[in-house]
Amino acid sequence: MATTASILPLTLRDLTFAAGGREIIQGVSARIEAGPATILLGANGAGKSVLMRLMHGLLAPSAGEVSWNAQAPARARRGQAMVFQRPVMLRRSALANIVYALELAHVPAAEREAQAMAALREVGLADIAHRPARVLSGGEQQRLALARAWALHPEVLFLDEPTANLDPGATREIENVIKAFDASGTKIVMSTHNLGQARRLGDEVLFIHQGRLVEQAPVERFFKQPASAEAATFVKGELPWV
Amino acid sequence: MNTLGEALHGALGLMASGDATLGGIVALSLAVSLSAVLLATLLGLPLGAAIAVGRFRGRRALIVLLNALMGLPPVVVGLLVYLLLSRAGPLGELGLLFTPPAMVIAQTVLVLPIIAALCRQSVEDAWVEYEEQLRSLGADGMRAALTLVWDIRFSLVTAVLAGLGRALAEVGAVIIVGGNIDGVTRVMTTTIALETSKGDLPLALSLGFILISLVILLNAAAHLIKEAAQRRYG
Amino acid sequence: MGLRRLLLALLFVFSFSAHAQKGFITVASTTSTEQSGLFKHLLPIFETKTGIQVRVVALGTGQSLDMGRRGDADVVFVHARPLEEKFVAEGYGVQRFEVMYNDFVLVGPKSDPARVGGSKDIVAALQKIKAARAPFASRGDKSGTHFAELQLWKAAGVDLEKDKGPWYRDTGSGMGPTLNTAAGMNAYALTDRGTWLSFKNRADLVISVEGDRRLFNQYGVILVNPAKHPHVKKDMGQAFVDWVISREGQNAIAAYKIGGEQLFFPNAAN
Repeated sequence: MATTASILPLTLRDLTFAAGGREIIQGVSARIEAGPATILLGANGAGKSVLMRLMHGLLAPSAGEVSWNAQAPARARRGQAMVFQRPVMLRRSALANIVYALELAHVPAAEREAQAMAALREVGLADIAHRPARVLSGGEQQRLALARAWALHPEVLFLDEPTANLDPGATREIENVIKAFDASGTKIVMSTHNLGQARRLGDEVLFIHQGRLVEQAPVERFFKQPASAEAATFVKGELPWV
Repeated sequence: MNTLGEALHGALGLMASGDATLGGIVALSLAVSLSAVLLATLLGLPLGAAIAVGRFRGRRALIVLLNALMGLPPVVVGLLVYLLLSRAGPLGELGLLFTPPAMVIAQTVLVLPIIAALCRQSVEDAWVEYEEQLRSLGADGMRAALTLVWDIRFSLVTAVLAGLGRALAEVGAVIIVGGNIDGVTRVMTTTIALETSKGDLPLALSLGFILISLVILLNAAAHLIKEAAQRRYG
Repeated sequence: MGLRRLLLALLFVFSFSAHAQKGFITVASTTSTEQSGLFKHLLPIFETKTGIQVRVVALGTGQSLDMGRRGDADVVFVHARPLEEKFVAEGYGVQRFEVMYNDFVLVGPKSDPARVGGSKDIVAALQKIKAARAPFASRGDKSGTHFAELQLWKAAGVDLEKDKGPWYRDTGSGMGPTLNTAAGMNAYALTDRGTWLSFKNRADLVISVEGDRRLFNQYGVILVNPAKHPHVKKDMGQAFVDWVISREGQNAIAAYKIGGEQLFFPNAAN
C-alpha cells in the first residue's frame, strides 16, 4: 500500500455517540498519524470498543466527524481491517475463510488460494489450512483472524481487546503476530485494559475515561508521568503484573 | 380399535404388495411436494435472509405479515390459485388447472411463507454474531445475507422440513386445483379423503399410516445428514 | 416404489405442459358416478377405442355445471334435469342427451324411529320423518341428489325454511361424507343406489324406502359450448358424448355390476 496515497492521518472531530439515552462517547477529538502503534487504553466500560467501531465505520456518530485522508469512502474502507475480541469464522476450512475475505476484496480468483496460504504461513497455521475453522482452539482462531486481516494487506489494523479471552501462551503468540504486523509497516490501533500489553506493543497511548479522551501521549511518558489525575489513578490501580 | 389394527395390517400389506396404483400415488405426492418445497426454498431463503439483514421502513410489519402467512389455510390457497388458473381467470390461457403443475404452484404458495419466516428468524439470530465481522470485511446487504444462509444451511434444514411436512400433509389446496383426477392428480392425501368419503375407513387409515411412515423416513434422513455435516464443519 | 418411480413422477410433473393439449378431455361429473366405480369401468373402454384420455373431476352437479360455465371442463355429465336444461338454454351447453338412470333410495337406521321401513311412498315417508323429528342428513351441496331431495320435500308439503329443526342435518358435503354422517348419527338420508351399493361404512343403516317412481334419477351428458369457450376440445368432447349414447357405450354401462347387481340403466334415445 506504499505507492498509493495513504488513508492516514485519521482525524476525529468532536466525536459523540449516544445510545439508549446515554452519551457513550463525548466530544472526542484526536489525530491518528501513520507510524506509531496506537493503544486505546482505559478501564472496562470506558468506551474504547465503541470508539474503535466509530473509527472503523461500524457505527455512525451521533455528532462530530470521522475523516480519513481519502477522497472516497470506499478507498478508506479497503485500507482497514479489524480483529474482534471474539473471532468470527464461517463454517468452512481455515483457508476458505481467508479466501472468502480475498474474494470480497476483489482479489483475482487465481491468486486467492496462494495468498491465503501465505497468510497462514505468516502466523504459523499452514498445517491446519484445511481444518474446519470453528473446531480450532480460541487462540488458533484468533491467529486465523489475524491471518485473514494480514492477507488483505491493510494500511490500518484495528484490534479490539484481541487477547482478552486467551490464556497467557496464546496471548504471547498473538502479540508476536501483532508485532510482526507493526514491523511490516501496518498502522496498529489496538484497545486493551492490560497495562503490560500496552507497554509491550504500543508507541502511543490514547487514554479513554468515561467516554472522553483524557490524554494522548507517547507510551513511556504516559506511564512514567501521566498528565491527568484519572490516568494516574488508572496506572496505579491496575495490578503491576497484568 | 379394531379398525386401527386392521388399518395397520392393511398398511403393511399394501406396502409389501408393491401395488402399481399405490406406487404411482406415492410417487406423485413426493414429486409434487418436493418440487414445491424446492421452489419455495429457492425463493424463500433469499427472501427471508434479505429481510433479516435489511433495515427499511415497514420491516417489522413485513415480519409480522410473513409470520402470519405461515398459517395460511390450505383450502383458501387452493381457492385463490383455482380462481387464478381457471379458464375464466387471468391465467386461464396457460391451461394449468387440474394438472400437477397447478398443485405444485398451490403448494409453493403455501410453503413459501414457512421457509421464508423461519429462515428470517435463523438468519437474524446469526446476524447478531456475524454482522460486525462481515461488514468489516466489506460484505453488505444481500451478499452478507447469502453468506449467512450458506453458513447456517444445516439449521435451515429444519425450516425446509417444516415446509415439506406441510406440503405432504395438506389436502385442501391440491384437491381444489388438482381435481383429484384418477391417475393424473390423485395424491396420498386426496386418496385418503376419497376413500374416507366412500366409507372405506380401513383403507383410508392404511394409506394414512403409509404417509406418516414416509414423513418419518424423510425426517430421519434429514436429521442424519444434518448431524454428519455438523460433525464435519463445526 | 423407489427412486426410479420418483424420478419418473418428477418428469411426469414437469413434462405436463409439454403434452398438455393432446389427447385428453376434462369431464365434470358427479360424485355418484365416480364413487360408484362406473367411470373406472367405463372409461378404459372408451380410451382404448379412441385413444382419448378422459379426466374426470368429480364434484357434484351444481359445481360441475359451474365448471362448465367457467369453461374449465369440456363435457358435463350430471343428474339434475331442470338445471341441465337451464345450462343449455343459457348457451353454456350445446345439447343435452339422456344417458342412463338409476334410482334414489332412502336409507335409515335399522331401528327406524319414523316407522317408514318397507314403504314404497317416499313423500309420505318424508312427512313421517318430519313429524317424528327423526334425524335426517342432507347433502346441502347443490348436487343432483340434493336437488332431488329438495324437490321431494316440496312434494311432501314441507317448507324446509320454516320446518327445519335440529333433526335436519345439512352437511354441505358429498354423498360419501353425508352417508358417513348419517351412519354416525343414525340418521335417514337420500342417496343414489349406485353410491349405496359401493359404500362400505354402513354401520346400522339399511334401505328404508325404495321403488317410488318419484325416486327416478336421470343422468344427462352435455358438451360445453365452444361458442362461449373457444378452447373447449369440441371434437374429442363430442366423440365422448357420441360414444356414451351409442350402443357400445350403453352396453358398457349396463354391464357394470356390483355383487351381481346392475347400478345404472342405459336409456339414451336411440
